[in-house]
Amino acid sequence: MDHSCDILIIGAGPAGLHAARAASRSTRRPSILLVDENPSIGGQIWRRGAPAWAGRLLAGANACSISYLSSTTVLQRLGPRAVLASTLTPSGRGPIAARITFDTVILATGARELFLPFPGWTLPGVVGAGGAQALVKSGLDVTGKRMVVAGSGPLLLAVAGFLRSRGALVAAIAEQAPPAAIRRFALSLAGYPTKAFQGLMLRARLASVPYWTGAWPIRATGTDRIERVTIRRGDRDVEIPCDLLACGFGLVPSIHLAAVMGCEIRDGRVVTDDLLTTTAPHVLCAGEANGIGGVECAAIEGEMAGLAAAGMIDPARRLLPARARARRFAALLDSAFAPRSELSSLASPDTILCRCEDVTTGEVKPYTTWREAKIHARCGMGSCQGRVCGPIARYLFGLDPGDARPPAAPVDVAFLAAADPGAIPGESPLSE
Amino acid sequence: MPGQVTVIINNEPVRVESGSTVAAALWSRGVRGTRASVLGHPRAAVCGMGTCYECRVVINGVAHERSCMVECRDGMMVRTTPPASAGCEHDNLPPRLPPA
Ligand SMILES: Cc1cc2nc3c(=O)[nH]c(=O)nc-3n(C[C@H](O)[C@H](O)[C@H](O)COP(=O)(O)OP(=O)(O)OC[C@H]3O[C@@H](n4cnc5c(N)ncnc54)[C@H](O)[C@@H]3O)c2cc1C
Repeated sequence: MDHSCDILIIGAGPAGLHAARAASRSTRRPSILLVDENPSIGGQIWRRGAPAWAGRLLAGANACSISYLSSTTVLQRLGPRAVLASTLTPSGRGPIAARITFDTVILATGARELFLPFPGWTLPGVVGAGGAQALVKSGLDVTGKRMVVAGSGPLLLAVAGFLRSRGALVAAIAEQAPPAAIRRFALSLAGYPTKAFQGLMLRARLASVPYWTGAWPIRATGTDRIERVTIRRGDRDVEIPCDLLACGFGLVPSIHLAAVMGCEIRDGRVVTDDLLTTTAPHVLCAGEANGIGGVECAAIEGEMAGLAAAGMIDPARRLLPARARARRFAALLDSAFAPRSELSSLASPDTILCRCEDVTTGEVKPYTTWREAKIHARCGMGSCQGRVCGPIARYLFGLDPGDARPPAAPVDVAFLAAADPGAIPGESPLSE
Repeated sequence: MPGQVTVIINNEPVRVESGSTVAAALWSRGVRGTRASVLGHPRAAVCGMGTCYECRVVINGVAHERSCMVECRDGMMVRTTPPASAGCEHDNLPPRLPPA
């Protein structure tokens, strides 16, 4: 199945949707193709709840040529202006190959959660904080389920509030950041119009869920699923029985596709210029792949990238101050919720670090580079391609999982062979 | 109210609200492992967004499908891997179907 467009947007979260809307307003009437590997639009924050304008946009409200491909994972570059994706047929069969050619591509691949290992973290029922929210939004029924929310960041409060609204019994929220850091952060919010965090704190308090700061999980136990979690709170360890532990220590940019497309990655983020052009030709990047910034920042960057891709450079430039302000807010978040050093000693030598290949923390420890850990210990060699264990290895041992090789998601050789790259006129064949 | 669909999980019919992902259907009768890790330990969904690959199952004969990224459809055949069967996920599953 082949597609071609003027502007390809990969990722239908806030950044990608804003990019599509901004580009669709261009008098040049570019043809726009939006793709996402999820079944529906919205990305993380708007999962199953994208604003009404997004639905109208994709229905053709702006009288431009815009189409959306769901359940479509972009895998790699096929040439300067083409990518290979795996997708489904309209009846839901697949995966089948799709080749997409474009003039400009906007990467809006967002972020994923940072997980940190502790004994028992691989038990079924230990899920991400945002992960729990995503699963529930996708149909998981948590009515009457006893849950503990742990890790770090304002997301914990949003998630706890959401889980309660869906009938879960949230026993406690354990935030690892120290109370002083949280207080400082809450005060610094005075300078920002969106006092989302204070609002969330209030909501959590009203909802009578205990919010413990300076508290973190040290152990999950159970036979073949989680039954209890132990939370360290100051000099006390509290054991809480639970059905699910929702635990995430913040977010990390999703840069795999950008790396595979040839964009420079620095400090775990995609490198761009002011107007969001990456170091790879014809590739822009917007939203959390450029660094964690929250939904407002993702929306502004999406709009900038959409305008820039459609040739509206001045309007894009006018958004620079708003973007700078949103990024400053993100920096505040970053420093308030930075993981504390105690978290790096939670895993014992026999705690699994790489879940795909069952590599323990002790097995990774001897290596001084990510490459060595991969070759000798098989860390990061499994299906997730280091998406989970890469940031852990960086946090625990300072290894830099900089490299990502095509394809950006695992597909088998038969799929790649059948994709027949030679069929695209004027494009180079599959590299590597 | 959205309708319901029936998926077949390990030969057992399971009814879920339409629009639910396979990952949600798998836990609709309680949290449990849905694949065996390389060492045979039970594993199940973690990230809920397609990055961790822990929720992989066999869907309509296609191995290694991320259950959190696939919406249930009527009659869909889902197969999980029991724990303590180390190596099985690499050796015994049918290969991925070639593209149509
Ligand atoms: C699990 C989770 C839950 C979150 N919940 C909240 C919340 O409740 N409140 C809040 O304020 N913030 C939340 N956040 C933070 C959130 O990431 C941002 O606020 C916002 O969603 C970022 O927008 P974005 O457009 O940059 O990326 P995202 O919304 O993450 O969208 C990126 C999209 O790109 C798609 N994608 C990635 N790679 C590919 C590929 N190779 N091919 C095709 N598609 C691809 C993904 O499927 C995704 O839909 C959450 C983050 C995570 C990880």
